Amino acid sequence: MRWGALVACLLIAGQVWAVQPDEVLSDPALEARARAISKELRCPICQSENIDESNAGVARDLRLVVRERLVAGDTDRQVVDFVVARYGEYVLFRPQFSLGNAVLWLAGPLFLLLGLVISVGFIRNRATPAKPQALSATEQERLAKLLEKD
Amino acid sequence: MIAELGHFALILAFVVAIIQMVVPMWGAHRGWANWMQIASPAASVQFALTAFSFGALMWAFIVSDFSVQLVVANSHSAKPMLYKVTGTWGNHEGSMLLWVLILTLFGAMVAWWGSDLPQGLKARVLSVQSAIAVAFFAFLLFTSNPFVRLEFPPIDGRDLNPLLQDPGLAFHPPFLYLGYVGLSMAFSFAVAALIEGKVDAAWARWVRPWTLAAWMFLTIGIAMGSWWAYYELGWGGWWFWDPVENASFMPWLVAAALLHSAIVVEKRDTLKTWTIFLAILAFSFSLIGTFIVRSGVITSVHAFANDPTRGVFILVILGIAIGGALTLFAARAHVLKSDAVFSVVSRESGLVMNNLLLVVATLVVFFGTLWPLFAELLTGRKVSVGPPFFDLAFTPFMVALAAILPLFSILPWKRAQLGRAMRPLWGALALSVASGALVWSLQTGGRMLAPIGTVLAVWIVLGALADLGHRVKFGKAGLAENLRRAGNLPRADWGKLVAHSGMGVLIFAIAAITAWEREDLRVMTSGDSFEMGGYEIRMEGVEMARGPNYQAERGTFSLLKDGQVISVVYPEKRFYPVQQFPTTEAAIDRSITRDLYVTLGDQQEDGGWAVRTYVKPYANWLWIGSIIMSLGGVLSLTDRRYRLGAPQRKLPDAVPAE
Repeated sequence: MRWGALVACLLIAGQVWAVQPDEVLSDPALEARARAISKELRCPICQSENIDESNAGVARDLRLVVRERLVAGDTDRQVVDFVVARYGEYVLFRPQFSLGNAVLWLAGPLFLLLGLVISVGFIRNRATPAKPQALSATEQERLAKLLEKD
Repeated sequence: MIAELGHFALILAFVVAIIQMVVPMWGAHRGWANWMQIASPAASVQFALTAFSFGALMWAFIVSDFSVQLVVANSHSAKPMLYKVTGTWGNHEGSMLLWVLILTLFGAMVAWWGSDLPQGLKARVLSVQSAIAVAFFAFLLFTSNPFVRLEFPPIDGRDLNPLLQDPGLAFHPPFLYLGYVGLSMAFSFAVAALIEGKVDAAWARWVRPWTLAAWMFLTIGIAMGSWWAYYELGWGGWWFWDPVENASFMPWLVAAALLHSAIVVEKRDTLKTWTIFLAILAFSFSLIGTFIVRSGVITSVHAFANDPTRGVFILVILGIAIGGALTLFAARAHVLKSDAVFSVVSRESGLVMNNLLLVVATLVVFFGTLWPLFAELLTGRKVSVGPPFFDLAFTPFMVALAAILPLFSILPWKRAQLGRAMRPLWGALALSVASGALVWSLQTGGRMLAPIGTVLAVWIVLGALADLGHRVKFGKAGLAENLRRAGNLPRADWGKLVAHSGMGVLIFAIAAITAWEREDLRVMTSGDSFEMGGYEIRMEGVEMARGPNYQAERGTFSLLKDGQVISVVYPEKRFYPVQQFPTTEAAIDRSITRDLYVTLGDQQEDGGWAVRTYVKPYANWLWIGSIIMSLGGVLSLTDRRYRLGAPQRKLPDAVPAE
């Protein structure tokens, strides 16, 4: 089923093929950083591929931009900001921790907390056998009357 | 002619489905036995008609009938026969027909094997199952008719996407659909139970095997897809958190939760409402998955808006099924109250925690998958959610699940003591921590991923073994007694041990391959060689090759260890001229501890070839772990209580002595 998401890119791809040997930086430390950054950035025209894996031309351009910035001495953060400034937050595979994305990031922890409260309540409730129901007001009255009679 | 007959059979099946939806339900409501009895034969007829229709479509593919539009768009006369057959479901219309075929198959199986189900429940289950079928028959007939003819048939077809011409992917959809659609059984049983107002052990005993089977098929289907991606896409990725993958992963997670909670209903007669809710949820995620895949809404909101017919249709089905079931749930769930008592420390509580973690993890995947859609609809922002998010937000739940698994699965029902339960597990815990420490020292620091993964994996596998040892009184009684006890253990318990161990193996594989994978990229010419991970990789040459419907550049590489050739591999770059489509065929030398993975890239200007090589440690354990998990499911399915069917008061047959 995954093919569906990859076909488009491969169609555009032609003969280009992920990271090419001529792109690789000679400094292994810088190259490792470039690879790590590339894995976090989305190929803007692909369906769900990062620029490191993508065959599209724009992905190659972005890989080269990332490496250029790294060689120029940017920090990882600056490189990412540089790309985001030009292509928008759409290229970020890890959405920013921002107010707009609060629901996304907090969904897991909040649901866990909610679920914990509910299930602990449920379990504790189960731990005590159900008590017989208290008498209703009318029943109380009748009981009182019966007792009075005696 | 045959295509028309297939179309006609599909329409007939639609009509039968409508009858099967209405008549038995009304009969069950009024208590009319003869109305209820229509359900079983109708289910068989419905299945037979759909099977005929599917067969007709497959025939059109086999004989390359290019007057059928679908065949033209997805087949070619030169395509190997296997892919002509599997091409039947390698497209939207055909795969939806397969979906409905499996749906009617499950209905028919209830009709065939459900003779000991209470009459009313059986009628209602088949009616609900048929209601789902009605929706999808309508979807097929009105928006996705596979039998459309062309007025002017072309000489040849446009061929199937070459990526799909692969055995791993050819059989991936049928397994996935058996899983997706298998969950419809749990859904139908849940809705029928809500209408009846009764959930008991017999109900759970019916629902659990269906859920278990669906979960097993999903496991195999997902593993196949992952295996295919691993060798076909050329960089050895095996999981991408792609929306389409998530679409199958969400039902898998919920099904895992459901098959655990159904145990509690069956054995302890509690968690009924929750289990009903999970059964509805599981199939809802199947439908959501179908919607995600079939509407194209995730890949592009605009593609969806341009041709919304199919998407809107599924969305309506989704709304009616989920909305209707949940409304019914809200109205009727209160009648299912049970008052079985269990203490805070008990297996019941453990399974509640299992369910909590699995369901919240599912919700994380759900929000992550649909967030780009929500964000764009709500604020107009275009955002992406990819692997870095899921790795961060999803993994903690699985770590927590793995950490509590061995202890909570050894706890006795009803009332337990932590200290007593831990007694057989201390050894497993100590060994797992020790092996984690060993891994940590061997890799000299680095990421904590591999050590933590190792601790969890060893903890789960040894925990399962310790559980087994405890059950058979290993070390406390003689070997004969051990064996006798092992022989008496129910198959379901063996299933549990095996499935949990499979999860342990899978966790180790994921941690190992993620933490220790190594990659090399270079330009090579014939005769070049280099060292990697203790192996020498030597390029012998590249030559042109020709397949039935493609051309290829085929490289020859020798893999050497200590100067000895251990393997020769042939990675290919293929080109399929009909579709103008290139594919990469990686060459993989597989072994139990590592895969050597070689792919051939483009020829460079200087005449050399780009060559990418990976050492992927324990890659095979990913599939082995998945297979072990499924085997656990199979073992559990063969448990005596399912072979005997639902419990019933029945006098032993008097057999005359001979």
